[in-house]
Amino acid sequence: MSLIAFGGAAQFAAIGFVANGLAWSAIALLTLLLNLRHALYSAALAPWFRGRSLLERAVAAHLLTDESFALAIAHFRRVGRFDAIGYWYPAIATTLVPWSIATFAGVMLGDAIVEPRRFGIDVIFPSAMAGLMVGLISGRRELVAAGAGAAIGVGTSLAISPTVGVIAGGLLGPLVGLAIPRAKARDDDEPTVR
Amino acid sequence: MSTDLVPLAFLMFVVTYPSRAIGLLAPAIDRLPRRALEYLQLVGPAILAALAAVNVMVVTVDGRPSFTVGLAWLSVIACIAIVAWRRNLFLGLGAAVAIAIAGRLAGLP
Repeated sequence: MSLIAFGGAAQFAAIGFVANGLAWSAIALLTLLLNLRHALYSAALAPWFRGRSLLERAVAAHLLTDESFALAIAHFRRVGRFDAIGYWYPAIATTLVPWSIATFAGVMLGDAIVEPRRFGIDVIFPSAMAGLMVGLISGRRELVAAGAGAAIGVGTSLAISPTVGVIAGGLLGPLVGLAIPRAKARDDDEPTVR
Repeated sequence: MSTDLVPLAFLMFVVTYPSRAIGLLAPAIDRLPRRALEYLQLVGPAILAALAAVNVMVVTVDGRPSFTVGLAWLSVIACIAIVAWRRNLFLGLGAAVAIAIAGRLAGLP
């Protein structure tokens, strides 16, 4: 799954939902929602990839993650141009390879861990989601969207179901965030799509 | 090793790849209305927060979801604080796991 979908948070979510017997269609919808932010990353990187081959851009898209985007865009801005190493190194060496090795190790050794809760493994997923969320917060709007997403998610989960709750939080949280006026200084911080 | 989830992996690829490729392969995304782009920018934090919150605050027993308070809250809060402070997810996850292990050794649920 790590090599085919390479979805990070979405993989975590999918495994949890598979374990709970959720329909694949719901997992697919969640995956789609979870990874919608990649459209923005992709748009922000597009100007730097202008002139690169279609094949290179297509492969780069498959390896686009929160981590590779953050590291690559910072590097491109620092050097002022596209730099192949600046994208492929974070995408492959620091993300794809360790992630794939770790998931493979988990598949092979997972059964040896009789009681995962004793080792705190059950808190890794929510902590990772929360930690990744912190990395995406760069202003009041993101903060409010996250808070609203969490509150709506929990409320809807209790009223209907956790699956619907997560989707509702992801869809409605951003609408609450949009209600917050833009901070003046943030205009300069946004990724430039040239 | 089971291969039951390979079709699911392909399904996830099918729904994941377009959003990753849309900008790089069809850069017209920068012509979306500004409001739509702003909305997309907020989807990531909102859905990750919803996933984390639902995971630690809601437990389903006999098909009925109910609110729960537990050690996982402390782990997640510690992770958030450390990532915000040090900008280091690995450190945050380490602290979250350490709290969970220590708490359970102390007999907490």
